Amino acid sequence: MTVTLFVPCFVDALFPQVGINMVHILEKLGHRVECPEEIACCGQPAFNSGYWDEARCVAEPVLKRLKDSEAVVIASGSCGAMLKVFYPQLFADKPEAHAAHELSGKVWEFSDFLVKKLGVTDLGAKFPAKVTFHDGCHGLRELGIKSSPRKLLEKVQGLELIEMQDAETCCGFGGTFAAKFPMISTAMGEVKCASAKDTGADYIVSNDSSCLMHVQGLLSREGHKLKTLHLAEILGNQ
Amino acid sequence: MSSESQEFLQQAEVITKDLRHRGLIQTALRKYEVARDKRKSAFGDWQSSRQAAAETKWEAINHLDKYLTEFADKLEARGTKVHWCSTPDQARDIIVKIIADKKARCVIKSKAMTAEEIHLNAAMEKAGFEVVESDLGEYIVQLRKEPPYHIVFPAMHLTRDDISDLFQKELGSAPTREPEELTMIARRALRKKYIQADVGITGANFAIAETGMISLTENEGNARLTAALPKTMITLLGIEKILPKMEDLALFLPMLATAGAGQTVTGYNTLYGGPKQPGEVDGPEEWHVVLLDNQRSILLADPEQRDSLHCIRCGACLNVCPIFRNVGGHTYGTTYSGPIGSVITPHLRGLQSWKHLSSSSSLCGACTETCPVKIDLHHHLLQNRRNASQEEPNAMEQTAYKAFGFVANRPGMWQVGKELARMFQPLHKFVLGTKLDPARAWTATRDVQPVAKESFKEWWQKHKAEKQAK
Repeated sequence: MTVTLFVPCFVDALFPQVGINMVHILEKLGHRVECPEEIACCGQPAFNSGYWDEARCVAEPVLKRLKDSEAVVIASGSCGAMLKVFYPQLFADKPEAHAAHELSGKVWEFSDFLVKKLGVTDLGAKFPAKVTFHDGCHGLRELGIKSSPRKLLEKVQGLELIEMQDAETCCGFGGTFAAKFPMISTAMGEVKCASAKDTGADYIVSNDSSCLMHVQGLLSREGHKLKTLHLAEILGNQ
Repeated sequence: MSSESQEFLQQAEVITKDLRHRGLIQTALRKYEVARDKRKSAFGDWQSSRQAAAETKWEAINHLDKYLTEFADKLEARGTKVHWCSTPDQARDIIVKIIADKKARCVIKSKAMTAEEIHLNAAMEKAGFEVVESDLGEYIVQLRKEPPYHIVFPAMHLTRDDISDLFQKELGSAPTREPEELTMIARRALRKKYIQADVGITGANFAIAETGMISLTENEGNARLTAALPKTMITLLGIEKILPKMEDLALFLPMLATAGAGQTVTGYNTLYGGPKQPGEVDGPEEWHVVLLDNQRSILLADPEQRDSLHCIRCGACLNVCPIFRNVGGHTYGTTYSGPIGSVITPHLRGLQSWKHLSSSSSLCGACTETCPVKIDLHHHLLQNRRNASQEEPNAMEQTAYKAFGFVANRPGMWQVGKELARMFQPLHKFVLGTKLDPARAWTATRDVQPVAKESFKEWWQKHKAEKQAK
């Protein structure tokens, strides 16, 4: 099938390797990958801050451009939730309401797409290390994704998954929240990092780079050896 | 920025760095989670129970007019005086007048968040009455002259040592670390007050329309004494406490206990149907039930957020909220803290003054997931943000989002933006973390992820060209 990648703005600029790994994985599975270059952002920052008109201004071209896609795959539970769950709310009483509902049905978070849509769990990846998995809140609670990333990690050769206490507790990123309330965001991140460190893992893995950017920022500042990696980077390690 | 917002930020700045506080609350709430999960398994199906509870409350709230009338009629038929109050002022005045008419001096009170909501104790004290809280946690925070920290566990921020120190100072007791001994010290002080009190004030956990009764849930028996010993009983409750039928308690009592405290059923559950009836030997001679609206009917008129009136004040959303766990109850500066407080306080006390509570959330949704009556809490925070921005947009923020949208919709400009970021990034280290750093909110505690040498889209263009060449 033709898979349309939606590459979130922060993945494009800060974590290109996440998108690159997704392309390699999907092409290796025999799918045609396309990536609309004119799309920059889903509009979530404005939406979450309450500026829905401004969010629609960013979201409308996304709706138009993705209208004819077969499947839209996103390497972030958060941007995924924006397209799948919040676009229908954002355009609820607008002429684009129907288009938003149509798109919603075609949007997939990357790990869920592999497991539930393609039925693939073993990608032949090797990653000999101890990892712990952080459930990003939007992926977990808006999209209901819990088992898919774990099923994929289970099949990675040499990888040992050690669950942390409170894996489902928010890391404290929360988009603009991290900048508007940095003290609370930092405290939440410290709690998350403490849980991850307790596992003795070498890597914190997640299906959302935004959470990881925050967690990695805290760990690097502290000089801790624990590293963060997006799930796609592990699955792409052949 | 409102003064309430500034105060919130200042207190959050201090308390989020208080590792003793963090440890205390995390430990207490992790124990709660273990107990709660154990009790949840006693329900045949917890999710179906939540659905049933949500539907029952939906019915009650959407037909509030009918059920409230039924409740009041039944109460009045047995000699209870029912008072309808639109505002906190009215409720305070009525209660103070009842106490004054009885020429009472001493009032004993069991736990009631609605009384906190209208600052009833301050009003009674101003009128010259002595007021004593009979719930142990409430008694402790009353002695400390502070509001409850949590809607169910008012003194959860204190250790046994803190409480022992307080009792030594305020009650002249000997130091002890034993919970039983601490309880006995409070009990000795409180028993005298029950005897002295002329009026007892309670809240209500549920109001049963079908039978005209209130249901009170407690662990210490103090509410029973508060209701039974004084000659006059006053019950203050919000109009949303209605449940249609007596049989609804079969679900709501265990659900409240499980979600709220990780208990199967709370220690004491008592139904009150009226004052002492002819031929009865005990019970209060007079019972006044004070029904409070205080903006609840405004919330009822809001189809998006009406379900926040489902709330049974179990505190489960506070317990799982990572914001609450890090800033604690007092930082909110509200009667109702945590997610439910952040949702309803803007409705109760003004959107522009309290909108910061709806913003101070990562929108993680742990609250919505745990709420036993399925209030869509974290999405209501989003709606509050939208309503606040629509009503009074922040000019700078709005301009920033407009500018962002303008650039995001023009790929050429977006690309230039990325290149500028890449260009200026090496200079960032000279101002990093200082007052000149535009990203200081981030960089004060976190390192910055560098902009990649080659963005995904730059790579993609090459990749696409390679593919086409093949």
